[in-house]
Amino acid sequence: MEHIVIIGNGISGITAARHIRKLSDKKISIISAETDHFYSRTALMYVYMGHMKFEHIKPYEDWFWPKNKIDLIRGYVGEVDTKNKRLKLENDSEIQYDKLIIATGSKSNKFGWPGQDLPGVQGLYSRQDLDLLEENAPNRQLCRRAVIVGGGLIGIELAEMLRSRDIPVTFLVREKSFWDVVLPDDDSKMLNEHILEHDIDLKLDTNLVEILADDHGRARAVTTDKGETIACNLVGLTPGVSPNVDFLKNSGIALGRGVKVNRFLETNIPDIYAIGDCAEQHEAIGNRRPIEAVWYTGRMMGETLAHTICGNRRPYKPGHWFNSAKFFDIEYQTYGWVFNTRGKKEYEEHFHWRHPVEKICITAAYHRETRKFLGINTFGIRMKHEVFDAWLTEERNIDFVMENLSHANFDPEFYGKYERDIHNDFTKQFSPASL
Amino acid sequence: MSTAQQNMSLTGEPPKSINFQQKLAGFTGLSGLTILLLAYFNTAFPDKGLWLTLALVAITAGTIWFAGASYGHRHKGIRNDGVFFKSLSGRGLWGWFLGIFITGFYIILYFYPEYMGLVKEGENTGIIALFDPLSRALSGNPASQWFVYGTLYTVAILAFGIKFIWKYRHNNYEIIRTLSVMFFQTAFAFLIPEIMARLNGKLPYYDLKNIWPLNYYNFEKYRVNGFIDAGDVGMAMLIFGVLSIFVISPVLTYFFGKRWYCSWVCGCGGLAETAGDPFRQLSDKRLFAWKVERWVVHSVVVFVTLMTIAVIYSYLGNDTSKYWLTKDLFLLGSAGILTLVFALVMIFRRDQLKKDATYGAIGYFVIIIALVGFHYISAEGNVFLFKSESLRKWYAFLIGAVFSGVIGVGFYPIFGSRVWCRFGCPMAAILGFQQRLFSRFRITTNGGQCISCGNCSTYCEMGIDVRAYAQKGENIVRSSCVGCGICSAVCPRGVLKLENGPLKGRIDSNQVLLGNDVDLMTLVNIK
Repeated sequence: MEHIVIIGNGISGITAARHIRKLSDKKISIISAETDHFYSRTALMYVYMGHMKFEHIKPYEDWFWPKNKIDLIRGYVGEVDTKNKRLKLENDSEIQYDKLIIATGSKSNKFGWPGQDLPGVQGLYSRQDLDLLEENAPNRQLCRRAVIVGGGLIGIELAEMLRSRDIPVTFLVREKSFWDVVLPDDDSKMLNEHILEHDIDLKLDTNLVEILADDHGRARAVTTDKGETIACNLVGLTPGVSPNVDFLKNSGIALGRGVKVNRFLETNIPDIYAIGDCAEQHEAIGNRRPIEAVWYTGRMMGETLAHTICGNRRPYKPGHWFNSAKFFDIEYQTYGWVFNTRGKKEYEEHFHWRHPVEKICITAAYHRETRKFLGINTFGIRMKHEVFDAWLTEERNIDFVMENLSHANFDPEFYGKYERDIHNDFTKQFSPASL
Repeated sequence: MSTAQQNMSLTGEPPKSINFQQKLAGFTGLSGLTILLLAYFNTAFPDKGLWLTLALVAITAGTIWFAGASYGHRHKGIRNDGVFFKSLSGRGLWGWFLGIFITGFYIILYFYPEYMGLVKEGENTGIIALFDPLSRALSGNPASQWFVYGTLYTVAILAFGIKFIWKYRHNNYEIIRTLSVMFFQTAFAFLIPEIMARLNGKLPYYDLKNIWPLNYYNFEKYRVNGFIDAGDVGMAMLIFGVLSIFVISPVLTYFFGKRWYCSWVCGCGGLAETAGDPFRQLSDKRLFAWKVERWVVHSVVVFVTLMTIAVIYSYLGNDTSKYWLTKDLFLLGSAGILTLVFALVMIFRRDQLKKDATYGAIGYFVIIIALVGFHYISAEGNVFLFKSESLRKWYAFLIGAVFSGVIGVGFYPIFGSRVWCRFGCPMAAILGFQQRLFSRFRITTNGGQCISCGNCSTYCEMGIDVRAYAQKGENIVRSSCVGCGICSAVCPRGVLKLENGPLKGRIDSNQVLLGNDVDLMTLVNIK
């Protein structure tokens, strides 16, 4: 029986394993150094916040794995011997594979800041990071201030987590406005306001210079490029993630920033594949980045690769881009492509609508000449994935989308409806000159 | 800042203390409770009306104040911070204390009302006497242990209802639903029956929203006689009682799912949704618990059906000239209805039943019909082997008192707020049966947006593993779902929505996860 070995028990590796099991009887082993069982990485924050216990963020009960004959191995792969198709774990045991799937995810970025390895400085990615945070910042008595460096999704999550324990937070954001490398300025501005509402000391356009240590070698303060020194007990480094592939350096598997793969998720070595955060496409697909560190894309790659491994070779063919997040109390969804104000395409036009009182807004992108609908960001309104996916496939124009927006609404029953206001605003501002 | 302290942080604990305002509010509420306790221990209050008012106002005001101090200064949105750290809501020591306290209260209420001061002949004493003025003002009669219970129950739903609304003030579905349970408890369960008793002394106490089999006693002899003696009003109520089982509730469940009852109208549901809300996350989500639930709750349905048939049978006559409904006609009619339901399900919905559900349905159907048949060859008097009176007594004790009260509410802080609704309530089981097989209600999932975080499953009071469906992109059509809407509220990615819609494509076991560019339009068209 063919032995499929998967390194990494995150969403990509687990999805691959589940689908391989659905399609075949192959022997499946999953190796993880992080945890015994699969858990939802995106839900780690809720454990620290006390919304859930760790057991709640495991999507499958523990009996699921033996029942489906998926072997779980706890260990750290130190070496991949591609010639003999053998893995060497750090405890010196060896595992023979027929096909190998690398799904090792990411590690937190560090950009060589002085003091970045001091105790009291950490990222937020793994179960181990969560445990460390519990030590570094258990409450506001022991952590009197935290400084978070890096204004992205993990940074704002960490801020929300710490605020749930009333720990004062200073948030250093390199950009002029929160996450404006991704979001159009108007959207980003609303989030700035919301961050301030949650009593976060938001410092935009500010860079970390150095992390200072106290007499015992623990982080005690940071200095910024604005000349400020901010005393703190925790420094959260959240300037993004990069592929966790260092252990493959001498394996002969072609690496860029991540594991180089073709559209079939195959590496340069036969029978070795890479999926999820750690995979790097030779050429970006459409507007996507070559490395996509997103839950959904990991899941999609896992499913695709399972088909390939089970004899039905399939390219990774992601459909229309979508994503979601939650910024404190504001839910965010995006469908299609809405680029940020500076990065948008020369033909890309934006329509922005914002509620006069509530923290609710949308930004829709469309083609200036053809009026083709390109994508939408929604904040505080839930929209149907299916409907937008269909509209993007059907290449609807922006006028159609604005007129039919209520068909895409997915808010709970009895919620206020804003689609008419949005449409009215749109027709006022953006009707074609010919009308 | 000393580093020695820093190293101590290894033993640090997340904050779970309450703020100063919450302490004051808690003190106010507890002082109201203390008045009741003093009355319980026979403290003689000079002006009972005044002290009772004081006690109830203090409890209500304390609860509402506590809610304000908890949520008022925070932004609207989901506020579940620290739920699993707190002793009360995280199954800690305080949770167990509270559980034991409520359980004790129910045991006294159901089995030893004399300890509450109930005196059959003569003046009440203790806590029941404290409630006499209010009872006299409403119905003209002195209070009973049930009046005390009903009043406290209503106060709890109102006060904790306001707390719940405050907590979910960003969510119109939750606000409207909670106003509904508050209204039905106050008007239908509390005021109307008392006022009816004043207007027409012959009418039995009747909470109109309490439908058989939840009020398993509705068709007992003394009640039916009471209805008939009370004239047209009574007859109307008796007919309403029958219609609500066979017509009103199936029709409403078809359109809206069982939520119209379980989380919008029902008193048990009302308490679970308001006072029980802090404990909703404690329900058991394991597959094993679901299996137990299916067998236990449907066994209760069989039990209550047999018991009710036996009780009604026992007081009907044989003589058609006296009354059209005779023992034989009733028994055969009941068997006929059950056979009809069974046949319809097996013909039209067989493919939707899981294997154990089919076995269970066939098994129980055979048992009921065999018992009806057995009756004809056994001696007169004992329908179904047992005396109807002992069947009724055991049901009232095991299900009516121990399951719904002592375990159902007493164990809120241990097993979560809907143990009774999930494992014991025959009404919920019947509505759930209709909901699963023949209703427009479902929870839809939003394409591929699920991140498997588990908030939905964790906060499902009915112990449904919502995530298991959501992460597959599958609609949630479960008989136990009471439609409280909390899964949708706590979802951080906008994945879940409670909806009524056409039956076609409601149960889609195909995995439809958007993301990979498969032949999407075909999938959408199927859905």
